[in-house]
Amino acid sequence: MTVFLLRRLMQAAVVVLAMSLLVFIGVYAIGDPVEILISPEADQIERERAIAALGLDLPLWQQYLVFLGKALQGDLGRSFVFNEPALQLILQRMPATLELAFGATFAALLIGLPLGLYAGLRPDSSVSKGIMATSILGFSLPTFWVGLMLIMVFAVQLGWLPSTGRGETAELFGLRWSFLTWDGLAHMVMPAINLALFKISLVIRLTRAGVRETMLMDYVKFARAKGLSPARVTFVHVFKNILIPVVTVVGLEFGGTIAFSVVTESIFAWPGMGKLIIDSINVLDRPVIVAYLMIIVLMFITINLVVDLTYSLLDPRVRLESKA
Amino acid sequence: MNDTAPTLEVRELRTHFFTRAGVVKAVDDVSFTVRRGKVLGLVGESGSGKTVTGFSIIGLVDPPGRIAGGQILFQGKDLASLSEAEMRHLRGNRIAMIFQDPMMTLNPVLRIDTQMIETVQAHAKVSREEARQRARDALGQVGIPSPDERLKSYPHQFSGGMRQRVAIAIALLHKPDLIIADEPTTALDVTIQGQILAEAQKLCAETGTALIWITHDLSVVAGLADDIAVMYAGKVVESGPVSQVLDAPLHPYTVGLIGSVPSRNRRGEPLRQIPGMTPSLLNLPEGCAFRSRCPRAEPNCAVPPPMPEYRPGRFARCIHPHLEEAVAA
Repeated sequence: MTVFLLRRLMQAAVVVLAMSLLVFIGVYAIGDPVEILISPEADQIERERAIAALGLDLPLWQQYLVFLGKALQGDLGRSFVFNEPALQLILQRMPATLELAFGATFAALLIGLPLGLYAGLRPDSSVSKGIMATSILGFSLPTFWVGLMLIMVFAVQLGWLPSTGRGETAELFGLRWSFLTWDGLAHMVMPAINLALFKISLVIRLTRAGVRETMLMDYVKFARAKGLSPARVTFVHVFKNILIPVVTVVGLEFGGTIAFSVVTESIFAWPGMGKLIIDSINVLDRPVIVAYLMIIVLMFITINLVVDLTYSLLDPRVRLESKA
Repeated sequence: MNDTAPTLEVRELRTHFFTRAGVVKAVDDVSFTVRRGKVLGLVGESGSGKTVTGFSIIGLVDPPGRIAGGQILFQGKDLASLSEAEMRHLRGNRIAMIFQDPMMTLNPVLRIDTQMIETVQAHAKVSREEARQRARDALGQVGIPSPDERLKSYPHQFSGGMRQRVAIAIALLHKPDLIIADEPTTALDVTIQGQILAEAQKLCAETGTALIWITHDLSVVAGLADDIAVMYAGKVVESGPVSQVLDAPLHPYTVGLIGSVPSRNRRGEPLRQIPGMTPSLLNLPEGCAFRSRCPRAEPNCAVPPPMPEYRPGRFARCIHPHLEEAVAA
């Protein structure tokens, strides 16, 4: 176990390093922030002073080394636009995105697992066929359209739910969270559902496929031959076996939601990281873009590690040490 | 011979699968009787309906299959008339089943103790501790060393033979009246096979458990069973006491099966094979299903043959039986 963790840590370091290089070069290739940041009326001396102040006068490799050196001390640079540390800027927005992603993932499991189980256990019933047909909709309807429809129906016409913003927040661990207040929760419902729709469909399909496959296994028949109740067979013998693919996909999806919930955050004006990154890309705020991508890389590495550790909890045949 | 009431009496059982391609008569007119403490060998090739017969008895035939006719009398009660809840009460309790592939019968993600304790608690209102005690005793009974530690293991930590012992221990937990063993030794080494056979025999003799031993291996049946029923294409084609059937088979199919087993008496001779292949159950020939492969077939075999009792307890479904040899034997 310790060996496994150490190896993973080393791999992670290599991945982060490679990623930082790619991101740095990639962002450099997008365009020159100077054109956007510095007023066109500024004279040559002012321009050069500003460029030097931003550190943009150095050659790219030197900029990279400076970045790397500072990054090792926990400094990912200052935003050109806000003149605040990029890391702090991102971390401020993180709770909003995190709670949205958690809400969506939670909803996906809460709704997707039971529906998928049902569809897998009774594949021929009309309800199951309805579930599967609806899940195709969940896959194929574009997020932005569903988001707009949600706002139209529930905010504009019915007036049940607020359409934009985070609502009232409460403080926990020094960060502000919406899910701790009723008003905040009401603000969260629509964006979370919008994000969850695709995931629900995914979980339904995975669960159904897993259940149908597992039901045919000898050990399920043997469990029934032991005289166990159908509930015990389903929720203990079948359920534990289908969780591995579900955990894998939901883990990756969770990462994806945190990193790229740009569309939903824009539609619902949710002040999360997705909105920040899209704004930063628009004004070529390099430090923020780089810092953001670095954080996302770290997050994916962590999620994958958690997923691997969960495997070993779910399936005793998975031995983490053996990979070493 | 008829002094004790049979543990299980199967009468004209029919289990059909209603598929899109047509009705598959996996079990079509199967009758046999198993008495307390006796072993019935249910013999046949793959696809002859042995396993489906076993699942029909324990009530685990999955759609599109269902029992289409006949009776399964367990201690005088017709199992086909029981509700699912009543049937579940019998399963694993009075009737237990052991499967063919020990690598697949235990749930890979649950510990042995979980899988045993749940079986105990499904049928007996006992504490977890008491259930664990019983599980441990059952493991000891089937010869698993240090059962206390083994209870905490997962199936993948056991060898195939050990896993089959665990499956047998689970089957024994409630001292059932009937055990259906579906080729339980086929996947095992010969040495392990011998040990398990000996234990099965001892068990029946000691506890009065009736045993249905499903196999394609005549040599296993010869040493273990009291009676034998030979199945072909969903039908029992011959049945009777094991020594009579093996020494003086009546049905040409049984003769063919026995001839294809290597024997010391016929050393050096080529093995006799049954020509042709098992017919598809979707497309059986009219009359006797074996006639296309049968050396004795005549035009009148195209009529479904009856199954007369040639001697007490001795049946064969053939109109050209090997009676001469049987008389000579």
